[in-house]
Amino acid sequence: MTVFSLIIINKAGGLIYQREFQPGLRKLSTNDYLVLAGTFHGVHAITRTITPKLPYLATTPASNTSTTTSSTPTSATALASPSGTTTPIPNTTSTAATYMYPIPGVAATGLDSLETDKFRLTCFQTLTGTKFLLFTDPHMANVEPVMRKIYEFYADFVMKNPFYQLEMPVRCEAFDRNLNGWLRGRT
Amino acid sequence: MSSSTKASRIGEELWKTRVDKVNAELVTLTYGTIVAQLCQDYDGNYQEVNKQLEKMGYNIGMRLIEDFLAKSNVGRCANFRETADMIAKVGFRIFLNIAPTVTNWTSDNNQFSLVFDENPLADFVELPDDGRAQDELWFSNILCGVLRGALEMVQMQIEAHFVSDVLRGDDTTEMRVSLVRYIEDEMPPEEE
Repeated sequence: MTVFSLIIINKAGGLIYQREFQPGLRKLSTNDYLVLAGTFHGVHAITRTITPKLPYLATTPASNTSTTTSSTPTSATALASPSGTTTPIPNTTSTAATYMYPIPGVAATGLDSLETDKFRLTCFQTLTGTKFLLFTDPHMANVEPVMRKIYEFYADFVMKNPFYQLEMPVRCEAFDRNLNGWLRGRT
Repeated sequence: MSSSTKASRIGEELWKTRVDKVNAELVTLTYGTIVAQLCQDYDGNYQEVNKQLEKMGYNIGMRLIEDFLAKSNVGRCANFRETADMIAKVGFRIFLNIAPTVTNWTSDNNQFSLVFDENPLADFVELPDDGRAQDELWFSNILCGVLRGALEMVQMQIEAHFVSDVLRGDDTTEMRVSLVRYIEDEMPPEEE
């Protein structure tokens, strides 16, 4: 399993963390990483917007719909998966009374993953709005547990560090150390 | 299964498997010291102490929520009633090992009370008998702030305050929680 790099984007679309763990991808300049974070944030918001909202009284079985877009040079597919859309009511003019958002009902996740020949980008957005972008080998299975572990490290070593200022760039040595150690232990 | 029983089960499971335990006296004494120090610093101005405690809680809540989410792996609550059960049966369970009762709902489902049978923060505490603390100080006010901070991070603006406290001689310890609104905008308005 190969994890190339990790990017963390705060809820305003700002880049707060970027690290490379294994070589394999070409490097970007610091500025390009900022642009990448901002752009992804925007695209993610759009994919959320165009995802049909859940009907008000939906009982939500998990049936995934997927929309396909192409964006990166090599045949890229993007999957947006709202968790469950039962009987999407075609009447798009219906008002907010019919659809409540994001609560009740499960909020659409928006862009989940983006894949090329050489890498897969998996996005995990926490309920607080922070986004974790993980660049991995496209054949790597079980990205989900890796993502969860990263979130736990983040909750522990970033959020619980009393001197870390919320929404600001992450400079927590213990976070780096634990993340690195854990990822190395898995390979 | 009701959302309350489901939440109880999740809370129980997390408490057993995912939570690092710490000595209860350490927590009680640390918190007691903070409140006593605040009372001294603000010269017995208990309104101000309440406010400071709430503020400290708010800052804790904004950080604690990530730990809660990372540990519990629960999804978004479908409604405020579910949120209430989640707070009482999972949140309080994993952080304080208590499960306050959710009760006294208003008919619009926007307000409820948490009734605390036990409160580790207040063990051994007797309020000062200066004739005012009994009427003015909400000893565990930090909890109100924690709820406000945590829920704000998951797009809920709430208001929480204590309405009674056994420390004051009341029969119960009760916190009132009201939903003000769901914060809809995902992105804060930056350049508009």
